[in-house]
Amino acid sequence: MEYCIVGNSAAAIGAVEGIRKRDKTGRITVVSAEIYHTYSRPLISYYLAGKVKIDKMYYRPLGFYEHNGIRFIGGKPAAALDTKGRKVVLACGDEIPYDRLLVATGGKPFVPAIDGLDKKNIFTFHKLDDVKAIEKALDGRARAIIIGAGLIGMKAAEALSCLGAEVIVVELANRVLSSILDEQAGALVRDVMENHGIRFVFENTVKRVLGEERVTGVELADGNRLECDLLIVAIGVIPNTDLVKNSPVPVNRGIVVNKKMETGLPGIYAAGDVAEGDDAVLGVRRVIPILPNAYRQGEIAGLNMAGDEAAFSGGFAMNAIGFFGYSIATAGVPGGPDYEELAVLDPDERTYRKIVLKNNRLVGFIAMKDINRIGMLTGLIQEGTNVGSFKEKLVKTDFGYLDWPCELRRERVLAGGGL
Amino acid sequence: MKKVYAREEYCTGCGLCQVHCITAHSPYKDNIVKAYKKTFPRPLPRVIVEEQRPVSFALQCRHCEDAPCVKACITGAMQRDPATGVVNNDESRCVGCWTCILVCPHGAVARDERGKKAASKCDMCSGIHEVPACVAGCPNGALEYRGEREKEA
Ligand SMILES: Cc1cc2nc3c(=O)[nH]c(=O)nc-3n(C[C@H](O)[C@H](O)[C@H](O)COP(=O)(O)OP(=O)(O)OC[C@H]3O[C@@H](n4cnc5c(N)ncnc54)[C@H](O)[C@@H]3O)c2cc1C
Ligand code: SF4
Ligand code: SF4
Repeated sequence: MEYCIVGNSAAAIGAVEGIRKRDKTGRITVVSAEIYHTYSRPLISYYLAGKVKIDKMYYRPLGFYEHNGIRFIGGKPAAALDTKGRKVVLACGDEIPYDRLLVATGGKPFVPAIDGLDKKNIFTFHKLDDVKAIEKALDGRARAIIIGAGLIGMKAAEALSCLGAEVIVVELANRVLSSILDEQAGALVRDVMENHGIRFVFENTVKRVLGEERVTGVELADGNRLECDLLIVAIGVIPNTDLVKNSPVPVNRGIVVNKKMETGLPGIYAAGDVAEGDDAVLGVRRVIPILPNAYRQGEIAGLNMAGDEAAFSGGFAMNAIGFFGYSIATAGVPGGPDYEELAVLDPDERTYRKIVLKNNRLVGFIAMKDINRIGMLTGLIQEGTNVGSFKEKLVKTDFGYLDWPCELRRERVLAGGGL
Repeated sequence: MKKVYAREEYCTGCGLCQVHCITAHSPYKDNIVKAYKKTFPRPLPRVIVEEQRPVSFALQCRHCEDAPCVKACITGAMQRDPATGVVNNDESRCVGCWTCILVCPHGAVARDERGKKAASKCDMCSGIHEVPACVAGCPNGALEYRGEREKEA
């Protein structure tokens, strides 16, 4: 069996590990646009802030490819698919034949058409080479503007601020992290960031980039101008479907797959940030661009590529993030008029915990600062447990097994990890 | 694989399992006094004691077969040892992002934020003791170390 995996990140590694559970000998070729050994994408902000060195960024140890009998082709992007001839065509012209192909090309930064974006010192924040370039451009006390107060923009802001840069974040919404936090939670994080000197401009956006050769500032939608030495565009990530653009592989927003991560074309699978999988909470197919989801989808794809019958049980949004040591954990739906919500807020302690329910099932939570044992709630979402009899207890920061109904608790604890 | 099972009917909530766990993970694995008086910072206990009189029991990582923490770990630090089945965190690669805490359905991972941030969890005393220290040290037999299919004693 000849396997080809395009991509070298979480979904790709999940697929390698899935394949090798069933097939120890089939040939696996991993093709990556980036030259590096597989690394953890979320760590690029840690790298920029100087918190990790490159040798601690590897997602799997050096030797992973040899150990798994993989032919690794790094630094050579795939350019096209020949689905009839069952070949991947690389930009350099080389061709990789396959019996089973996984498209795990992930996401790419969305860059809107803003006037003047072709100047120097303008970056996206998505890959190791981006932060290496930012590192080079940083010079003394730089002034940085970041467009977007989502996860990536906020992590970029934290890293740059740790390096002594003056940071302003420009955001279209009225708060930070608006896709995963509600107003209360957003206000708590904003406060933490502002206490570290980061400034925010909300309900506004960049209309025009100023400067000659290099960026010197931006003009906002309301006409105001801000000066800067460096501009980072972190508006969002979209599925990187370029490889399949001129092929019959079905694409909606991301590549469309079934529960086995098959695209419907013979031998072709997709997983991770490039694919649309089941959202178990919202009950829709969509891209869930987080690493745990990418790994799990990749592993399912790998198992099936090697002849197994594995099904993706569905994922849902979940994030654990921290800013300057302040922890945030969220999962599922952040709330709204269609849901029952229970919440406890302590603004002085900066703690907040909200749980979101629908028909006595937990469908989401937001936990700020106090996140100990929060995975219990994630587990309850995953399993769709009826929490009606103990739902008020879910907001306690010390929620534990003794708060569960006795039967449920015994079953779970004794299960000894068969989950 | 062999795992540690709690027998809540024998647990008095004394917390000695935690004392033995801390000792085993200190540089003085067989000396409680030195472990407590000479280790800074002292390791966190990797076993949780839940108590609401009269019920109490001890809980540690279940070393899940399909471990959510391993799949979710953003750095690859959390791995399952293919030989022993033990789920272990390589603290040198862990960055303390707490994604494992977000996904562990048993709430069995703790935050260690005192030095380099790292996720702290049961390692089954791998490479330290044959029988996990909590089991060996429980005076009441409230923790049992046995195979999954073996019957309760
Ligand atoms: C700054 C930042 C912080 C993040 N923090 C978190 C976090 O804390 N928690 C979390 O869960 N998620 C986080 N994410 C999201 C997470 O990184 C992604 O969900 C995850 O990496 C997706 O994995 P993937 O394998 O699908 O794709 P990607 O990681 O996007 O990797 C795609 C791979 O495909 C390769 N590739 C692309 N095109 C081609 C081509 N044409 N030919 C060959 N190779 C190609 C790339 O080189 C790369 O190896 C973060 C993302 C960023 C950018
Ligand atoms: S830490 Fe939690 S999820 Fe991971 S193996 Fe242990 S019990 Fe399972
Ligand atoms: S806290 Fe450490 S072990 Fe846990 S997911 Fe993050 S890097 Fe992995």
